[in-house]
Amino acid sequence: MKNEYTRHTLSVLVENSSGVLSQVSRLFSRKGYNIESLAVGTTDDPNESRITIEVMGDSAMMEQLMNQLRKLFPVHSVQELLPERSIRRELVMFKVKAETSDVRNEVIQIANIFRSSIIDVSVKSLTLALIGDESKASAMQDLLESFGILELVRTGMVALERGAYTISDESKENTEFNLGKSTL
Amino acid sequence: MKMKCAQVIMECLLEQGVDTVFGYPGGTILNVYDEMELHGYKDKIRHILTAHEQGASHAADGYARSTGKVGVCFATSGPGATNLTTGIATAYMDSSPVVFITCNVSENLIGKDSFQEVDITGITMPITKCNYLVKDPTQLADIVREAFAIARSGRPGPVLIDIAKNVTAAEVDYEYLPVEQHASHGRLGAMLRRSSHDLKTPEPDLGDIAKLLAMIEAAQKPLILVGGGVIRSKGAVPEFRKFAETLNAPVASTIMGGGALPGNHPLFTGMIGMHGSHASNYASAECDLLIAVGCRFSDRVATVPEEFAKQAKVVHIDIDRAEIDKNVKTDHHIIGDARRVLHLLNEKLPCHDYPEWKKWVFSHPEVPLKKDDILHPHEILETIQSVTDGRAIIATDVGQHQMWSAQYYHFSRPGQFVTSGGFGTMGFGVGAAMGASLGNPGVPVIACVGDGGFRMNCNELATLQHYHVPVIVVIFNNQTLGMVRQWQHLIYGERYSQTDLDRGPDFVKLAEAYGIPGGRCAHQDEFEAEVRKAVESGGPWVIECAIDKDAMVHPMVSVGTPVTQFLLD
Repeated sequence: MKNEYTRHTLSVLVENSSGVLSQVSRLFSRKGYNIESLAVGTTDDPNESRITIEVMGDSAMMEQLMNQLRKLFPVHSVQELLPERSIRRELVMFKVKAETSDVRNEVIQIANIFRSSIIDVSVKSLTLALIGDESKASAMQDLLESFGILELVRTGMVALERGAYTISDESKENTEFNLGKSTL
Repeated sequence: MKMKCAQVIMECLLEQGVDTVFGYPGGTILNVYDEMELHGYKDKIRHILTAHEQGASHAADGYARSTGKVGVCFATSGPGATNLTTGIATAYMDSSPVVFITCNVSENLIGKDSFQEVDITGITMPITKCNYLVKDPTQLADIVREAFAIARSGRPGPVLIDIAKNVTAAEVDYEYLPVEQHASHGRLGAMLRRSSHDLKTPEPDLGDIAKLLAMIEAAQKPLILVGGGVIRSKGAVPEFRKFAETLNAPVASTIMGGGALPGNHPLFTGMIGMHGSHASNYASAECDLLIAVGCRFSDRVATVPEEFAKQAKVVHIDIDRAEIDKNVKTDHHIIGDARRVLHLLNEKLPCHDYPEWKKWVFSHPEVPLKKDDILHPHEILETIQSVTDGRAIIATDVGQHQMWSAQYYHFSRPGQFVTSGGFGTMGFGVGAAMGASLGNPGVPVIACVGDGGFRMNCNELATLQHYHVPVIVVIFNNQTLGMVRQWQHLIYGERYSQTDLDRGPDFVKLAEAYGIPGGRCAHQDEFEAEVRKAVESGGPWVIECAIDKDAMVHPMVSVGTPVTQFLLD
C-alpha cells in the first residue's frame, strides 16, 4: 500500500555555522530521501540561515523527516510550506546562442513575455534571468531550446508562507493565507 | 581565573563529577594529558589507559550503561579518533550517554592533510547526537557543559568534542560554574530558551494519558512491550513494575529492556522478536492492545513491521518523537520520559486482571533445556546466576552467547545487562565489562563472549590485569562464528563459508601471558568450581567453556517472516 509521492517544500531555520548544511543534507541521504532542490542563505538575523528544501515523498515520510530534522541541534525550526499557503520562487539563468539580429530579437521578445531580464549580452549570446516557479521556468526553457541553450543554472526554490505568519508562529488562521492569492 | 584550555577541560570534567576517564594519549592531546601530571588531576580523576582506543570507547560506554552516569573517553587525532568510531556507533544505537573528547591538529594545519589529521566531526556526524570542532578557546568551557547536557538529556547518546591542539594551549579566563547553573548560562542557556528542542523533556499530554487509560478499559488482551527507554530513564523501573503489576498483563521485552522486570517475574514472557520466546511472539500476534514503552520496533523485534501486532491497537510511549510511526504504524502515542508517563498512568490506573488471557499466553511451551554430559550454554548462565546470587552484571559481544545471555540470565535491575543490541558489535563485551566493573565496585561483572569476538579485542586483558579489574571473562568457545554458522546451517545449505575458527590461540595460555589466571571447562560442575574460584579471587579471570559447535539459539524466526512463523522451535 504505497502512497503517491508528491513534492513537498520544507523551510528549515538553522544556526548559521559551518557544517550545518552538510548535517542537514546528510540526514536526507542517510534516511534515503532524495533532495529535488535546495537553497540556503542567511536571514535578517546574521546568526541564522534558512534552508528551503524540496523533496518527493508521502505524508508519513514528511512527518518522519521533519521529526528527524528537529533532532539536529543546530536546527531551530522546521516547517512544511503547503502549496496553497505559500509562495515559491526560483531564479533561473539561461545563456542562449544568439548570433544574428533576428535571433536576438526573438529571444528578447520571449524574455519580455516572461518578464525576465537580459543580464548579459555578447556578439554570440544573450543571458536571461527569470524569476518564477517551475512551470514558468520550464515553459521558457522549452521556447529557448530551439535557439540553443549554452548554459542553464537555477538557484533552487525558495519559499515563504503567505500572510503575516512566520515560521515561528504556532497557531495559524486560514484566512490570513487567502488575501494575496489571486492577485500576486 | 586564567588557565590553559587543557586545564579548563579537566576543570569542566570535575564540574560534572567525572571520576573515571578511559583513553589513550597521542601527539595532539599531549597538553590535556600533561595536565594530569602538571596540576595533579590524576589524583582527582582516575585515567584508565586501555590497550586500544576501541577498548576505551566500549569501556566508557559500559561505565555509562551500568551506572547511568555520562561516560568519558579521550583519544588523540587521526587513527586515535577513528578507532573510536565503532564504539561511538555502538553507544549511539543503544542511546548510551558518552562524551568523547579528541584533539585535532592545530588550526594552521587543519585541511593540509597533516600528520594524523582526520575530519572526525565529519566522520562521526551520523553517529553522534551532536559534535563540535572547537577553534575558539573562549567557547571551550561552554561547549563541554553543553556536550554533557546533550549526552544525558532527552534520549541520551554520544557526543564528540574535537579540539584543535593550539586551542588546548591557549590561555582563557575560566570561572567555576556549578552543574545546576549550566542550563541558565551561555550556549546551553540560549539553546534552552529557543522554542523547539528535545533538551527539554516534553511533559506528557494529559489527554494522551487519558486516551490510553480508556483504551486499556476497552481491552481484553493487553500486552506490554518494554524496551531500553525504561532502562535509560532514571527512576522509571519502579514505575514500570507498578504499571505492569497494576495492569496485571503479560510483559514482553526487547533485548535492551532486560532488567525492567525481573526475569523470573510471573508476568514476564521473555524476549520478543527474532529469538523471542513462544509466549512473547504468539502474544504479540494475539493481543488486542500492545503498549510499547521505550522501544523502537527494530527489524529484530518487528521482523515484518506491517504484520507486527496488526490485529492490535498499538500504543507507543517514547521520549523521541521521531520514533513514532518510524517502523510500526501506531494507533496512539504518548511523548515523554518513561518515568513521568508511567507515573501519570499509575496515578489513574485501576487494578486489572486477565486470567484467561494470561493462561493462554503462558500455555506455550518453551524450548526444553538439555541436560546431559556436555556443557550447555544455558547451564553456563544458570551457574553464573546461582554462584553470584543473580547480582552479576553481564556484558556481552554479539551473537549466540548474547542471545543465550538474554534468554537464560534473569536480569533484575536496570544496567545489569550491558550488550550491544542495536549495533551488534563483536568485541564490545570485554571493554564494556571493564567499564561496568570500574563503575560498580563490589559487584561481580562477567564478560560473556564468543571465541570470535574475544579474539577481536582480547588485548584489553592487559588493562584488566594492570588495574586489577575483577572482570571474569567467560568464553563460549564453539570453535566457530556461531550465529553466522546457525544461519549457514538453516538458510545456506550447510555451506560453512569462512566461519570455522579452528585456530589458536590457547585462551588459557593467552590469559596467563597477560598475567591473568584462567581455566578450561567442559562440564557444568567444572565451570561452577571455576566461577567460584574466579569470584573469590577478586581479580580478573578467564574461563574458556568448550561448547558444542552445532548448538543453536532456539527459537528462531527468519528475517522477513512474521514473528509467529518460527523457523526453529
